[in-house]
Amino acid sequence: MQNNLYNLLFFPELILLTGSLCILLLGLFIKKNNFSIISNLSTILLVLTGIVTYIDRNTSFLNFNNFFIESNFIKFFQLLVIFGSISVILISKNYYKDQKLVFFEIPILILFSTFGMLLLIASNNLMAMYLGIELQSLTLYVIAAIKRDSLKSSESGLKYFILGALSSGILLYGCSLVYGFTGNTNFDDIHSVISSLEKIELGLIFGLIFILVGLAFKISAVPFHMWTPDVYEGAPTSITAFFAIVPKVSAVALIYRFCLEPFSSLYNEWSQIIVFLSIASMFLGSIAAIRQTNIKRLLAYSSIGHVGYILIGLVSFSDEGTKGAAIYILIYLFMNIAIFSILLSLKFENKYIEKIEDLSGLSKVKPFLSLSIAIIMLSMAGIPPFAGFFGKFYIFASALNSNLYSLAVFGVLSSVIAAFYYLRIIKVIYFDDYKSTNYENNQTNISKFILIISILIISLFILFPSLFTSLSIEASKGFFYK
Amino acid sequence: MYNISLDHFLFLGAILFTIGVLGIFLNKKNVIIILMSIELILLAVNINFVSFSTFSGDVSGQVFAMLTLTVAAAEAAIGLAILVVFFRNLGSISVEKINKLKG
Repeated sequence: MQNNLYNLLFFPELILLTGSLCILLLGLFIKKNNFSIISNLSTILLVLTGIVTYIDRNTSFLNFNNFFIESNFIKFFQLLVIFGSISVILISKNYYKDQKLVFFEIPILILFSTFGMLLLIASNNLMAMYLGIELQSLTLYVIAAIKRDSLKSSESGLKYFILGALSSGILLYGCSLVYGFTGNTNFDDIHSVISSLEKIELGLIFGLIFILVGLAFKISAVPFHMWTPDVYEGAPTSITAFFAIVPKVSAVALIYRFCLEPFSSLYNEWSQIIVFLSIASMFLGSIAAIRQTNIKRLLAYSSIGHVGYILIGLVSFSDEGTKGAAIYILIYLFMNIAIFSILLSLKFENKYIEKIEDLSGLSKVKPFLSLSIAIIMLSMAGIPPFAGFFGKFYIFASALNSNLYSLAVFGVLSSVIAAFYYLRIIKVIYFDDYKSTNYENNQTNISKFILIISILIISLFILFPSLFTSLSIEASKGFFYK
Repeated sequence: MYNISLDHFLFLGAILFTIGVLGIFLNKKNVIIILMSIELILLAVNINFVSFSTFSGDVSGQVFAMLTLTVAAAEAAIGLAILVVFFRNLGSISVEKINKLKG
């Protein structure tokens, strides 16, 4: 172990933590132009963390007494989280400058939040899970309310704080019951205790339900979604982009690991809850979005719907379902990065786009951006040949192979309903009457680059599907050999 | 004389937890009361952890309770900070007035 001590330097979470503390100190000492310096440094630090996560050094001795574990699934989701954070910092730089939101704390809070997510994805113990969730959420509460002079932003922060704290409390109560009835906090020990139980006690089931409710709050599954549209609308758009992209990935990874690792032998108990969450999210996500006029609220409901589809993969309880979810979340990430890189740079009459009808003259002056939005919307609706179709395809295929016919039918029905509001945006852009074409696009080159890459991935997925499926097959192995 | 068993502690924890949750949902006046209810929920959980831990002789529940206390302090600090920001914008902390975002 002494010989391996230099591997300490290659432990991604440690690099991220020490790096972000150093950047925080630096931010206090640099007086001039500190926002752009700090956000560049944060990007570099995240890239470094990503590289170290990718090159697999043997750091398993640093798992802190099995508080954390390593697997391909964890690595895949950690890389997605890091990638999402990098893209969000890069695409929102000009927005912050334009809105005079140049607090150097924002990139640092994003770093801390990312650190919490990396820990919670890798957690193998109820304590590590709870602390990871709290580290993630506490920073998210703050950045939702970061626009201090705006009533909307502070209200969204307050709402998010109250509901988030309630959900953490519920999750913690569940943790206490699970600890009490199994006598362990470690996931492996909980798994072995539960599989050897002859009779499942009611307290344990209650604990499981409480924890699932807490996690459902974090992934904003219906009926625990109330905060999502309000927070998405009230927070500054760059922060909304972060909310839509990154914490979803980590919470989905956690709910998968939690159900499939410690509680895999209680499948009959949790599958009913997840089926309900999934169907309710799919339908509410598609029906409630129809009457929205604000595009950020619409994207909130759309993300609720996507979470519903992702949960189908969990209920199918197979390698295939996990693989489908991994592909789905990857595609979801790219679609959201693309749409938010547009929303964060496109101005209509000197204001950033908020209402859907503001887009009505776009096709006359910005053909490329209109085409991009159209591609993203078709992909989100799940229309072939775009990537979103394949995400839904793998998920529904896994549901059918696990004999979950009704769930697959509900999924297809709700995605048909959802297609209505995605297609409506395309209709507004291309066919509606317009008042003015006073559009302005202040996209930076790097944000343009990210947009083009995402659009290429979304539209050319059909040509190289194996590139991404092989990644997710690798990631989804290892849950069902036990 | 009655012996105080694990069930009594769990019952106390459950009652406190319920009071906390109801305090969040039934309260119409003041956001500070919501913050107090959140604290109550976390403390109810601590009673659960400590009693499970003493009755089973396993120490990790007490460790968990210590961590929860720390997190509860951090959460209260952040909650109050956000509440102050909100109060500066609106001039009131009434729950009924948190209604600018809906639809």
